[in-house]
Amino acid sequence: MINMKEINLDYAAAAPLDKRVLDKMVPFFTEHYGNPSSGHTLGEKPKAAIEDAREAVASLIGAEAKNVIFTASASEANNLVIKGLVKAGKKKGNHLIASSIEHFSVLNQLKTLEKEGYRVTLLPVDKYGMVNPKDLEAAIDDQTILISIQAANSEIGTIQPIEELSAIARERNIPFHTDAAAAAGWIELDVEKMGIDLLTLAGDQFYGPKGSAALFVRRGIRLMPQVEGGIQERGLRAGTENVPAIVGLGEAAKIAKETMSERAGKLAAIRDQLKESLIEAVPNLHLNGHPEQRLPHNLNVSVEFVEGEALLMRLQMAGIYVSSGSSCTSQALKSSHVLSAIGRPPELAQGSLQLTLGPGSSAEDIPYITEQLSEIAVLLRNMSPLYHQHLKEEKTNASVQ
Amino acid sequence: MPQYSDKVMEHFTKPRNIGEVEEPDGVGEVGNPVCGDMMKFTIKVKDNRIEDVKYLTFGCGAAIAVSSMVSEMAKGKTLEEAKKITNKQVAEELGGLPGNKMHCSNLGADALHKAIDDYMAKEKVSAG
Repeated sequence: MINMKEINLDYAAAAPLDKRVLDKMVPFFTEHYGNPSSGHTLGEKPKAAIEDAREAVASLIGAEAKNVIFTASASEANNLVIKGLVKAGKKKGNHLIASSIEHFSVLNQLKTLEKEGYRVTLLPVDKYGMVNPKDLEAAIDDQTILISIQAANSEIGTIQPIEELSAIARERNIPFHTDAAAAAGWIELDVEKMGIDLLTLAGDQFYGPKGSAALFVRRGIRLMPQVEGGIQERGLRAGTENVPAIVGLGEAAKIAKETMSERAGKLAAIRDQLKESLIEAVPNLHLNGHPEQRLPHNLNVSVEFVEGEALLMRLQMAGIYVSSGSSCTSQALKSSHVLSAIGRPPELAQGSLQLTLGPGSSAEDIPYITEQLSEIAVLLRNMSPLYHQHLKEEKTNASVQ
Repeated sequence: MPQYSDKVMEHFTKPRNIGEVEEPDGVGEVGNPVCGDMMKFTIKVKDNRIEDVKYLTFGCGAAIAVSSMVSEMAKGKTLEEAKKITNKQVAEELGGLPGNKMHCSNLGADALHKAIDDYMAKEKVSAG
């Protein structure tokens, strides 16, 4: 196993920290270690650094810095939005709307709220994972207090028509939240132009540190803090600020804004080449997600007739790291809710591979990846009852013709 | 990905007895794509012994290793002996399986038993 080629195709799970980001963070562990809330000199640099980071994050999404607060994860930010809004506005209504392919940090909260008596509408998506604005329009009633629709899906990469959706919310004066954890840093986001009232983003998704995230909250929207204590972050999130992580998030946001088109363009080109190469080499390979409206670094395919964990294990033996939406690879032993929402039958959901690119991705690796996946697909299909059944059906069809 | 034993990895990497026996005397199928695992066992019986056994498996690493192990355990055994192979024994022979794989992927013995039952049912018909 020494000197084996290692290819990470799972950068959405984790990517290495940008070295420039790390350099910015380091002094805030030891040198400028002060507490930003201190009244004395030691707190000054950390406090100023946090405000710089807030400016940088705000600038990435076209927001004003004072409307951005820091959290420790996108999940936490999503919890602050939904729980915080429900608690603050209970009297106004009991109905919430989201898409059926939201992240679990949205979906699981909604499930809990349903048990508490709230009404939840999960909007369907089309075969590419798109929400239809008409469905949103039809779902709204006079009790609707929140609409939460992700900017892009982390698994299949599909980008939602946020402007169209938010316009419907705006017309009816309903707060519109978008979970942009997968999208921020990769596609242009502007809370003003796009009519977004609340936006979640995560630093680790664009080469910032893990445990760094932010929430944009438009002025006038009331949220109840979910972590109560001191009055850090406008009183919306108590606890001493994680200064190095916030500084890292700010630097990552700055770099992402400056280099977004170049970064996205480079990875989209590799992704498209990889997609073509795989489709050509592996028969019965199905693309999941939208053919065009998708994140630049995301590819998701289903290898028909085989199961994802077996694929993942074989690919790992070849030094290629991927993830899958199969039930065997999930802790809950359930296949991907996203693939099921786009209408993929169970056998195709089981054979899905999520391939996400990052800083180490190179077009030079495409022939090796293609060769390996192609061989593995043949090997696993040869032992698959579904594949043998398919061959028999093909034979019958051919003889009928 | 779960932590698999060396034995599981060995069977997953080099699965034995893949395929379908020709003109099988018994066929046993278990599972479905919804749960993520499917197995089809085919057997050839001679003088009350499992002369040949093969399988086709759609499933995770555990399911493939289980199928391979069951085929090895069953080959050459009398039908009565083979009927006594349990899923638990298969897991033990594999050096254990992760807890969450015990139920969904450990179906090999069931598929084998179904193939034996299928053979026995056919025998009854031809004898009667």
